[in-house]
Amino acid sequence: MRNLIKFFIKNSFIFLFLLLEFFAFWMLVINNNYQSSSYFNSSNYLVGNFYSSISNIGYYFNLKDVNRQLADENARLQSESIESYIKIYGKIFQIKDTSYLQSYSYSTAKVVNNTTNKRQNYITLDKGKLNAIEPEMGVICPEGVVGIVKNVSNQFSSVMSVLHDKNKMSAKIKKSGYFGSLVWNGNNYREAQLIDIPNHVKLVVGDTVVTSGFSSIFPENILIGTIKEFELPEGNNFYDITIEFSVDYKKLSHVYIIKSLLKEEKQRLEQTSQETKE
Amino acid sequence: MIRNYFTYLFMFILLVMTQSLLLNNIEFGGFINPYLYILLILALPFETNENLLLIIAFFLGLSIDIFNSTLGIHTSATVFMAFCRKYILKIISPRDRYDFDAKPNIQYMGVSWYMIYSIILTLCHHLFLFYVETFSFSQFFSTLARVLLSSVFTLILILISQLFNYNPNVRK
Repeated sequence: MRNLIKFFIKNSFIFLFLLLEFFAFWMLVINNNYQSSSYFNSSNYLVGNFYSSISNIGYYFNLKDVNRQLADENARLQSESIESYIKIYGKIFQIKDTSYLQSYSYSTAKVVNNTTNKRQNYITLDKGKLNAIEPEMGVICPEGVVGIVKNVSNQFSSVMSVLHDKNKMSAKIKKSGYFGSLVWNGNNYREAQLIDIPNHVKLVVGDTVVTSGFSSIFPENILIGTIKEFELPEGNNFYDITIEFSVDYKKLSHVYIIKSLLKEEKQRLEQTSQETKE
Repeated sequence: MIRNYFTYLFMFILLVMTQSLLLNNIEFGGFINPYLYILLILALPFETNENLLLIIAFFLGLSIDIFNSTLGIHTSATVFMAFCRKYILKIISPRDRYDFDAKPNIQYMGVSWYMIYSIILTLCHHLFLFYVETFSFSQFFSTLARVLLSSVFTLILILISQLFNYNPNVRK
């Protein structure tokens, strides 16, 4: 026993090293598997507040761009609003139409921290549990898709960006309606890959890629980007497509968080039909 | 002696702040990112207790991780670097051991010694960091390119930081 203790004391350096490394890897694995249970990330109170006070300074430099974006957005919404349409057919045109049911609601948030240079990029927003933000909500900005909320604390939320190597998003080609999966290989923050598009689809460089709306995290037809280049590898049934994002993720400052009002109903239905099949 | 502790504590805070507020926003070509915070491990005095060094490295990496929400990645790499430092110092020690009042910086040890010392340890750290981050060897060469390019930028920053406390009038 004494020899054993002596042995440990003599080699304390190596054992301490192994212990600390073991601890570090343990954190790494836990953090990857259970994103929601992790507390030590930038959505925690201290770090979140710190980042938000620092980023307040940076906002003044972006104001010009933000104003332009908001003005563009307003103009687009104005042109889509019911007042800007004239009545052509029919006698009754109700604005509050009961045949429509609102299925998504939006709230705004400010980006307080953002990275684009890692393989797994996260964005921190200044809205959290107190603002009724929950995990699995979609996040978009006026120019396109941004990501999905992963963790929330009381006042902050941490968003898994589209620029994340485990991110897989259902996307479709707007013109033809064929859908595939959007993945990011971690190399360039302006480009992503669209996979699972079969080889008989006709593609043109510049085609618009939008969200498919299948996951009910994002509404349908939210812009993702445009096709930059594509090729058909020999002996393969699917295209290799490179997409250029419509959003410059380095300039992100104001975003919208999407709450899907019908998601639970849809998931419950899908689950029951799966269970009855088994 | 107490003053020394405060110097290093101040350096710890300054480096963590610089790294998370300034350097994490610097990206050359989209993914090359300098990691200056390892300067603390390079700068701690020769006679630092080796176990204490590991623990300092652990907390340094942990604070960087908390700011980056990459829990465990920087911690493991920094601890590994502190582990290597002991053996690197042994290998590249001058013929008659380290002087009592010498510190591991350009001022005391000279440019060539410091270059070797910092290049080896930076590579140790960055290799470990980027391969743990990718967690596979499937993109071996693209990861290696990131390691080398990031190391170059980290080293440039480390050498610039050495000029801050370089005093040509004090001859060793």
